Amino acid sequence: MTTAREATDPAAESGYTDHPPRMGFFTDTTVCIGCKACEVACKEWNAVPADGLDLTGMSYDNTVGLGANTWRHVAFIEQRKPLAAQDPGLHHDTDVLAMAEHGSATQPPEAGMTPTTPGSGDDFRWLMASDVCKHCTHAACLDVCPTGSLFRTEFGTVVVQEDICNGCGYCIPACPYGVIDQRPDDGRAWKCTLCYDRLGEGMEPACAKACPTDSIQFGPLDELRERAQQRVRQLHEAGVGEARLYGDDPDDGVGGDGAFFLLLDEPEVYGFPPDPVVTTRDLPSMWRHVGAAAATLLAGAAAAFLGAGKGR
Amino acid sequence: MGTSFGRGGATTFQQDLANSDCIVIQGSNMAECHPVGFQWVMEAKARGAKLIHVDPRFTRTSALADVHVPLRAGTDIAFLGGIVHYVLQQEQFFRDYLLAYTNAPMIVSEKFADTEDLDGVFSGLDPESRSYDVETWQYEGAEVQAASGKRDQHWQRRTHAGRGEAHGSGGAEIGTEPKRDETLQHPRCVFQILKRHYARYTPEAVEQICGVPQEKFLQVCELLSENSGRERTSAFAYAVGWTQHTVGVQYIRTAAILQTLLGNIGRPGGGILALRGHASIQGSTDIPTLYNLLPGYIPMRHAHSWEDLATFVQGEAAEKGYWGNMESYVVSLLKAWWGPHATPENEFCFDYLPRLTGSHSTYETVMEQLKGTCEGYFLLGENPAVGSANAKMQRLGMANLDWLVVRDFSLIESATWWKDGPEIETGELSTDDIKTEVFFLPAAAHTEKDGSFTNTQRLLQWHHQAVEPEGDARSDLWFIYHLGRRIREKLTAAAADGTQKDADRERDRPVRELTWDYPVKGELAEPDAEAVLAEINGWNADAEPLSSYEQLKADGSTACGCWIYCGVYADGINQAARRKPGTEQNWVAPEWAWAWPLNRRILYNRASADPDGKPWSERKAYIWWDAEQEKWTGHDIPDFKATKPPDFQPEEGAKGPDALRGTDAFVMQADGKAWLYVPAGLTDGPLPTHYEPQESPFPNLLYRQQRNPVRQMMKHENNRFQPSDGQTGSEVFPFVVTTYRLTEHHTAGGMSRWQPYLSELQPEMFCEVSPELATERGLEHLEWATIVTARTAIEARVLVTDRMPSLRVQGRTVHQVGLPYHWGPNGLSTGDAANELASLSLDPNTHIQEVKALTCDIRPGRRPRGPQRIELVREYQQRAGITDETGTEV
Ligand code: SF4
Ligand code: SF4
Repeated sequence: MTTAREATDPAAESGYTDHPPRMGFFTDTTVCIGCKACEVACKEWNAVPADGLDLTGMSYDNTVGLGANTWRHVAFIEQRKPLAAQDPGLHHDTDVLAMAEHGSATQPPEAGMTPTTPGSGDDFRWLMASDVCKHCTHAACLDVCPTGSLFRTEFGTVVVQEDICNGCGYCIPACPYGVIDQRPDDGRAWKCTLCYDRLGEGMEPACAKACPTDSIQFGPLDELRERAQQRVRQLHEAGVGEARLYGDDPDDGVGGDGAFFLLLDEPEVYGFPPDPVVTTRDLPSMWRHVGAAAATLLAGAAAAFLGAGKGR
Repeated sequence: MGTSFGRGGATTFQQDLANSDCIVIQGSNMAECHPVGFQWVMEAKARGAKLIHVDPRFTRTSALADVHVPLRAGTDIAFLGGIVHYVLQQEQFFRDYLLAYTNAPMIVSEKFADTEDLDGVFSGLDPESRSYDVETWQYEGAEVQAASGKRDQHWQRRTHAGRGEAHGSGGAEIGTEPKRDETLQHPRCVFQILKRHYARYTPEAVEQICGVPQEKFLQVCELLSENSGRERTSAFAYAVGWTQHTVGVQYIRTAAILQTLLGNIGRPGGGILALRGHASIQGSTDIPTLYNLLPGYIPMRHAHSWEDLATFVQGEAAEKGYWGNMESYVVSLLKAWWGPHATPENEFCFDYLPRLTGSHSTYETVMEQLKGTCEGYFLLGENPAVGSANAKMQRLGMANLDWLVVRDFSLIESATWWKDGPEIETGELSTDDIKTEVFFLPAAAHTEKDGSFTNTQRLLQWHHQAVEPEGDARSDLWFIYHLGRRIREKLTAAAADGTQKDADRERDRPVRELTWDYPVKGELAEPDAEAVLAEINGWNADAEPLSSYEQLKADGSTACGCWIYCGVYADGINQAARRKPGTEQNWVAPEWAWAWPLNRRILYNRASADPDGKPWSERKAYIWWDAEQEKWTGHDIPDFKATKPPDFQPEEGAKGPDALRGTDAFVMQADGKAWLYVPAGLTDGPLPTHYEPQESPFPNLLYRQQRNPVRQMMKHENNRFQPSDGQTGSEVFPFVVTTYRLTEHHTAGGMSRWQPYLSELQPEMFCEVSPELATERGLEHLEWATIVTARTAIEARVLVTDRMPSLRVQGRTVHQVGLPYHWGPNGLSTGDAANELASLSLDPNTHIQEVKALTCDIRPGRRPRGPQRIELVREYQQRAGITDETGTEV
């Protein structure tokens, strides 16, 4: 059993002693303008390949969802609801679970038109949200990885190493968010690294750097959580009663996310599972210990390497 | 902007939007087209500002707004004129500001007749020549020169009728002081004329014309009024959604009137932001790629047969304000271009300047290509085969050239139309018959060269080369410099070898004698861009860099390539390359790059203080008079003579800047005032008037005059116009079309459609329609549709969306079709070009095409291939009864 303190400090749990604060993302979707600069910056920095020219008809979302070749994904949701006004009810006439299964929005074959959530009157709004790997406190992908390719960094983030991954694919169904994904050509698993290489150099991740409106904020998770709570309070005072956080709670099914969100509607509307649970919750603890030990070794090596780099 | 306030540039800077209490974005999709600048709109919102987006579509900008107001494309003057009416009627204007800084009290000539008197036209209209004699629009008993725009219109009288021949030596004084009525009650004062002009722009009229419910319209009026005045300021942002109309300039003028009435110009959080279409569009009018301007908005000389330097200055300069020093600007420019060859004896080579014989805008050039007069064409970073209105005309024009040079990153459509363009498919052109020799030269990107961008807020930002260009790619600077060098070498050799005729040698002299000696560097012999900047900045007789245009002289002792940029290389330092972080300086950040003029960030900022020089309010303090130090001070650099006290009165007979009073905040204007009413400088009226677009499903509800009577139209068999307003045949094209851009692509696509990361985000051409229109015409989401006008038919995938609302106008529903215009057949992401559909009908001031509001038909399915495509269009033309006269009524 882990203690509550350790639960919020995954780096320590993984064996790091003197480590930097846990870093993460706070994505405030209320100020996202859907420019997709985050998607492009991520691909440019991480040399993620382009993955096809498909007009999907899902509003302005032609990326569809996170995958091996998409580590940031901007969802576009058209709704017949008033612009940024108070939303009293919590129930919507959409089959949210079906939507969640499908990812960020209704799939085109099922949509007679651009997926607009039905509602009454002439009201209309357009939600945009940039999705990313959650860098879970209890990360199932990491738990199940037999090679140690997936490891916990000193920043508390979860990174997959392309040179160690053997393509077994265990991590893919393990992720409760459907984030990590295999490339069809060689079967290896890929996902957001929270720009581990940039963090080591004291730089912020490429997506956060590119975001013009600070919808994507990067920093120590503690600070981000505090800032997010303040932002929600501010929005509530301004009459935006529907503003809520998603993934910020250390007591949720994954122990809280390293990348969490401020939303204006139910998580399902954005394609997030309403109540994610770490899929390895009931596995024997052995797996976890193996993963942690492997990560410690690797992180030690990485730290030594970085240290050498700085000394030059 | 130029005619209203004195300078053709944004009056403020984007960072200052954060200080606004209310921001109106109209004619612009700022979040999508200026996402980086939009952060300051978000900052303003976070500080409690209201954000209003007025646009036919619900865009990514609307998504972030507090209020989105959908209106019928092409009706913005009615909407804004309605707000002007509200502000005047509800007395929401800022009276003290109005009296001090605007021409509201000026008395206008008795001869002036308004659109209210003449049912939609102003006095002086000559229907034959489709032009106005603008003389009746002047102030009573005084004549003023415009700070920009059509300065040439009073040329004859200014230079000859009133002077010289008619009056003997001395002549009549032209520039007397305009008469004023401080009570604003005189029936012919600008204020009263304004009131009458907009009297019928009521909320009911706005609802009927624009399709905006009165309630929503009044909400905008109230938000704007509440957030303007002594304590609060509101800002406007616009882009090509306003300029690309047959009354484009007048759209902007309406906003200028409104912002002037509300006292929002020259003050923090106020102003009008002209959002430019790409990186250096502002720069391309400052140091113009336009045919009718010289650097710094000095007009290009006309072919007035007897014109010399003195007459030119007499005809174009102003009596009062900084245009009064025009001779210094012109002479310094000539010295920069012809150096030692420019002497007082030869009028500093004034005669070397080319002369205009009429309008030579891009569309006229196409007409000349078709006629065979224009034989060669350079396309540098431009893709008219996709981006220009009626792109077919552009291709047919190019097919009639001897040679064509295309410089771009990729093989854009303008470089390949001769082998795979739409006319090859239809059989209208055949590759074998085209005699145009086409040269494609790869261009270097901005990362591969040094240089500057002048952005939307007049800010010059230097960029340094990061890598050498690959292969044969070269910078434009390299290309132009070496092309000029080689031509000059040839001409010099020809002049020296004695075989050339005298006349030819004389003809070539302006080119041979140009200063063309920039140092080059590196293996590629790249000219030193900083040396060019130094020349633009200018130097004195001792070759020392100048620091201000106030130092320029008319005696030939100074040289300056662009007077408004003077100071960008002050002290021999590239001021545009400054990058001091915002955290290390005040919020205006004067040490980040350099803005023209003289690094001033908010223009006309003298108006941020009251007539006595005190801030209008503490909350909106910006520039004020420091009585102890006897100078203007504050957060920015004063856009005013720093030591001129607020109570300064000029001496009798003073000229130029010395004639400006201590309260004349609009220092470029001939009367020192912001112009609510424009007595000179515009071709289509002193006050903005609602006209329907060239093609519209509706009659003009306000006047019998349907369209702008002096709009410019290119008559050609491939440029037929459609019937409007219930005329027979107009029902054939029942829907309104508007064109636009998406964040994911760049204009005509040359910089984005070849990029995999951008192409996958918007992979192909689509059209956007409302669910109602989809039902009416049987259009299916993601299936194909064909869009038809009298010019051509194009196809696009269909997006059915609530973001493209249908509106109620004049008692019936009007559907609008939205078309992004980025695509063409080449590249990774492809599709038909939307601008193929548009006609060549232009704004008479700027010669900009109307692509933001036209009419069309839309039907399910793909367009026909080959000659059948033309057949379909012909069938539509016949059904609508279109002739070469249709739509060309005055
Ligand atoms: S389980 Fe999924 S969301 Fe969590 S860290 Fe692993 S890949 Fe990211
Ligand atoms: S998160 Fe930021 S960068 Fe990404 S789409 Fe939204 S505004 Fe643009």
